[in-house]
Amino acid sequence: MIAYIVRRLFSTVIVMAVVAFVVFSLLYLTPGDPAAVIAGDIATDEDIRLIHARLGLDEPFLVQFGRWLWALAHGDLGTSIFTNLPVTQLIAQRIEPTVALTVCTLVVSILVAVPLGVVAAAKAGTWLDRAVMSFSVVGFSVPVFVFAYILILTFSVQLDWLPVQGYRNFRDGAWEWLRHLILPSIALGTVYVALIARMTRASMLDVLAQDYIRTAEAKGLAPGQVLIGHALKNAAIPVMTIIGMGVALLISGAIVTETVFALPGVGRLTVDAILRRDYPVIQGVILIFSAVYVLVNLLVDLSYVLFDPRIRY
Amino acid sequence: MSATLAAPSIASNKSVSPTWRRFRDAFRRHPTALIGGIILICMVAIAIFAPWLGTIDPQAVSPIKRLKPPSANFWFGTDMLGRDVYSRVVYGARVSLVVGLAVALLSTFAGLAIGLVTGYVRGLDAVVMRVMDGLMSIPSVLLAIALMALTKASVGNVIAAITLAEVPRVVRLVRSLVLTLREQPYVEAAIAAGTTLPRILVRHILPNIMAPLLVQGTYVCGSAMITEAILSFIGAGTPPNIPSWGNIMAEGRSLIQIAGYLLLFPGICLSLTVLAVNLLGDGMRDALDPRLARRM
Repeated sequence: MIAYIVRRLFSTVIVMAVVAFVVFSLLYLTPGDPAAVIAGDIATDEDIRLIHARLGLDEPFLVQFGRWLWALAHGDLGTSIFTNLPVTQLIAQRIEPTVALTVCTLVVSILVAVPLGVVAAAKAGTWLDRAVMSFSVVGFSVPVFVFAYILILTFSVQLDWLPVQGYRNFRDGAWEWLRHLILPSIALGTVYVALIARMTRASMLDVLAQDYIRTAEAKGLAPGQVLIGHALKNAAIPVMTIIGMGVALLISGAIVTETVFALPGVGRLTVDAILRRDYPVIQGVILIFSAVYVLVNLLVDLSYVLFDPRIRY
Repeated sequence: MSATLAAPSIASNKSVSPTWRRFRDAFRRHPTALIGGIILICMVAIAIFAPWLGTIDPQAVSPIKRLKPPSANFWFGTDMLGRDVYSRVVYGARVSLVVGLAVALLSTFAGLAIGLVTGYVRGLDAVVMRVMDGLMSIPSVLLAIALMALTKASVGNVIAAITLAEVPRVVRLVRSLVLTLREQPYVEAAIAAGTTLPRILVRHILPNIMAPLLVQGTYVCGSAMITEAILSFIGAGTPPNIPSWGNIMAEGRSLIQIAGYLLLFPGICLSLTVLAVNLLGDGMRDALDPRLARRM
């Protein structure tokens, strides 16, 4: 067990090192002079030279990478070209709405999707099953921002039930805070719900065909007990895996959702950074988001022990 | 094209039913796949024949006709510069379809090449797969954003950026298939008979990868269309002088309360097209992989 955790941690470190290397080397691998692109169309040669120096583009690649990595190890993600503030500080200022949005969405999505998938599998072939599967295909196909605007047009503009956009601090009242998160969470969560529900259904169908399910039914257990206690528990591992992998969808979606609903989060910071070609900020955001994604999947891997006592590593 | 590509895999699966019959059966069992195919053909036709579909120049600015709601003259209304939204949406189909198709083809071929080699050459495998793991740990939209922030906005660069983000997933699929296939008795037999490596890859491995790869390619196409729209929507994709569904929506963003149609029409077209691609992908998966079809 310990050995497995150590091995898994080691591979996580390697993956993160690759991520850091990729994010860093993009500056060099992209064709053309990135400094010229960052400086924009109206920049003078002097501006471009300045950005060259700022990004350290004048030095050998490995020297720059070493220095960047060293700073990174000390929690320094560099300095924004546009605002001159440390990237860590910029991200820290914007992290709260993003965490609120993604965690809300994550929790609500799982609570909705897993029962949907279980019911669809239990009632396989009925209209209920077909409804869940249709929802899942549509959920995959409607992009986050399209769905977000349909929600805004319906619930904010037409019905005037919920705010069109904006964010309230939790400290200013829980209800106002929640009201501003309802539509963004639904918009962001739909594709995630579709993904998890589909996997739950597939995994449940596999388990429900097993002999021990028939045994459980034959010995007179209540259908609910068989479904939850026997089937869902054994179907949990693929579902956990997809929940972890789907976090990538949540992260990408959060950037778009924050743009649509004008939430002042890390996603909004990223979009502003793109428009200003502020590469150090983009670099920092990608590193943080990727680290979160890798860590979530590490936790998911380790959680398998909880669902399957046979797994001892 | 799909039928000819998949034919060898069926033959080696001991199945007697020809591929085209499988497709026909799948379409019969899943009429939704047929609907998806029809919608997609319509969209391709719209994209190709855009200039002859009652459109005007999608870039023609006309200040006196600003923000007209949908009417008999302007089917989808006009935007804040007085441009005809219908024309812009029709021309916008071109960008989505070109990006979707190009990314699907490029990432499938690149992923196939890398996956075949890494799946077969042990020494390379560890290194390449660590790099792919790293790339896959960066959410694909973010990776594309980083690339777009460093290059000039153009459709070609959008295609390149999304392709790079999609390739690792294809590599992973191809590699895992190769790892299973290389243990098959007929591959062992081929090795024992002294068949050369390239010949084994092309004659024995490749045909059995084609079917799942085709299905994967379809899903890549749908996901690439969404990514292109997201990139254009947040200002990191198709440049503003080429109308795409994403940037039409981006321009209408601030007008949501007074001109919702600016967002609605391109949004519906985008969703419908991606839905069509996904339905087609589900149908093909059912046709080519009956084992998976029962589960999903």
